[in-house]
Amino acid sequence: MTTKKSKLFYFIPYSMWILLFVIAPILLIIYQSFFDVSGHFTFANYQTYFSSGTYLQMTISSVWYAFLITLFTFLVSYPTAYLLSKTKHKQLWLLLIILPTWINLLLKAYAFIGIFSSNGNVNGFLEFIGIGSKQILFTDVSFLFVATYIEIPFMILPIFNAVEEINPSYISASTDLGANAWQTFRRVIFPLTLNGVKSGVQAVFIPSLSLFMLTRLIGGNRVITLGTAIEQHFLVTQNWGMGSTIGVVLIAAMVIIMLLTGEKKKRGRKMK
Amino acid sequence: MKKLAPLIMGILLICGILYGTTTYMNQAQGYTVGNTLTLYNWGDYIDPALIKKFETETGYKVSYETFDSNEAMFTKIEQGGTSYDLTIPSEYMIQKMMDKNMLLPLDKSKIVGLEHINPAFLDLAFDPDNQYSIPYFWGTVGIVYNDKFVKEEEMLHWDDLWNPALKNNVMLVDGAREVIGFSLNSLGYSLNDRDPKHLAEVTEKLDALSPNVKAIVADEIKMYMAQEESAAAVTFSGEAAEMLAENEHLHYVVPEEGSNVWFDNFVIPKTAKNFDAAYAFINFMLRPENAAQNAEYVGYSTPNKDALQYLPDEVTADEQFYPSEETMAHLEVYENLGQQALELYNDLFLEFKMYRN
Repeated sequence: MTTKKSKLFYFIPYSMWILLFVIAPILLIIYQSFFDVSGHFTFANYQTYFSSGTYLQMTISSVWYAFLITLFTFLVSYPTAYLLSKTKHKQLWLLLIILPTWINLLLKAYAFIGIFSSNGNVNGFLEFIGIGSKQILFTDVSFLFVATYIEIPFMILPIFNAVEEINPSYISASTDLGANAWQTFRRVIFPLTLNGVKSGVQAVFIPSLSLFMLTRLIGGNRVITLGTAIEQHFLVTQNWGMGSTIGVVLIAAMVIIMLLTGEKKKRGRKMK
Repeated sequence: MKKLAPLIMGILLICGILYGTTTYMNQAQGYTVGNTLTLYNWGDYIDPALIKKFETETGYKVSYETFDSNEAMFTKIEQGGTSYDLTIPSEYMIQKMMDKNMLLPLDKSKIVGLEHINPAFLDLAFDPDNQYSIPYFWGTVGIVYNDKFVKEEEMLHWDDLWNPALKNNVMLVDGAREVIGFSLNSLGYSLNDRDPKHLAEVTEKLDALSPNVKAIVADEIKMYMAQEESAAAVTFSGEAAEMLAENEHLHYVVPEEGSNVWFDNFVIPKTAKNFDAAYAFINFMLRPENAAQNAEYVGYSTPNKDALQYLPDEVTADEQFYPSEETMAHLEVYENLGQQALELYNDLFLEFKMYRN
């Protein structure tokens, strides 16, 4: 009895938090999105969104950039996490990788401005080895590089945990049964770490959809995501309805990603 | 459960203590409703020495709070949590606040020293007869260029930004009105133009500018231009003044065919409580020697004509910051476009940002 009661009690802070800071804001955004500037109920915001080439193109480019960021993050993170689990001082290495997340995003962005600017370290080096200075800031490359850099720890952690959880006897079994290293990786290790990869993709793709400080600071607004449009609608045109509509679309996109990458309930059934 | 209860009690207790301390500290420093002036201003937009001087002179305490955009200020005043006594919006926002009844009319009998203000800056369309506002600073939108990369005679007009030699070498300020505005000016239209046909021409013209645009940024322009990241940039005069102070190769031009002139004016919002302090501060800042000191610190142009004599000649003689009457005649003030046109401007600007050559 008491345990049940105290369990309920412990549940209060969590449910309050979810109610106040997750459910209520989402409901407010959805509510807002049905009103026009003068406060009349309308579906026009959604109509505008889905009939305007600008917004659709922006959505596509947001998704595309988020996809690229996730892909590059994955390509760097998976081998890193895998090798990390094989090293001696795992916890230390892991700590070193997580350490940059303690630093504020804006500070990191400003640091990259210094590194990438025309008088920065990278161009100094390029000049030194004879290539000559290049325009690095405000390009797709620099934007993707910085975004990837920032997101890497969030991908490494879940993958690392998944790799750690693999029972070493599976790998021994696989080699005993005659599989080579690549086959072991493809048939045993990768499927077993897939859940880590999925949560990594969630943790990276979703925030990447609406990165907007980086698009301005590093991308110089030459890279546009939906975050930019939301900011403009809330601050400049003060059309909160339209801003909320874009927000709702983003939330829908996130839900779709969650569903696609979420854990399947009937796990284990498919195994042959 | 046994552990949680003390925790919650603890948090409540800490909140209580913090609240008590704040009240106590405010009183200890002399902040009470009767003698505090709550000034809501842009960041770094007043000489702190002047606030000290005002405090010792009048005995009022100044509580200085800052905002970084007109819109942010508008939202905060509209919601009315804090009793700001005095704030300094730009002209188009003053118009908007007037429309929404968020400003209180000024009692002219309490204002001393209005005669110091240049009549050219009084009685303007956004606030006829200065019923609601008193000029604080004014400035323009123009081009900053670096003479290492661009020759003086190659940067006189807005059209010079389209020069193919400046490929990927122009920075723009991240503002729809500024960017659409100078494009309208370059085509010979007013920067308050709402004609969709003219705006379509602007879209086409801006797309042609796209190859030259390196970045569309905000405050960072200052840093980039000082570090010579870019050859030219479109920005505000006060920002330009700061860049010029940091890098001697930089120059500022206001194209003579037309540009924006803007004003930041004192207004008393409806949240005000301490009117005497608000008027005392306005009068204090209207005094020529104070206005001059402030202009020297902030770097924007002062509307106070009698303050000019206290400023160094090289400042007041600088045509770019105190333009000739001829140029002034071509400068326009932003009008409140109305929601529809404002959204059109912003959509165009978003499209322009997305357009990649």
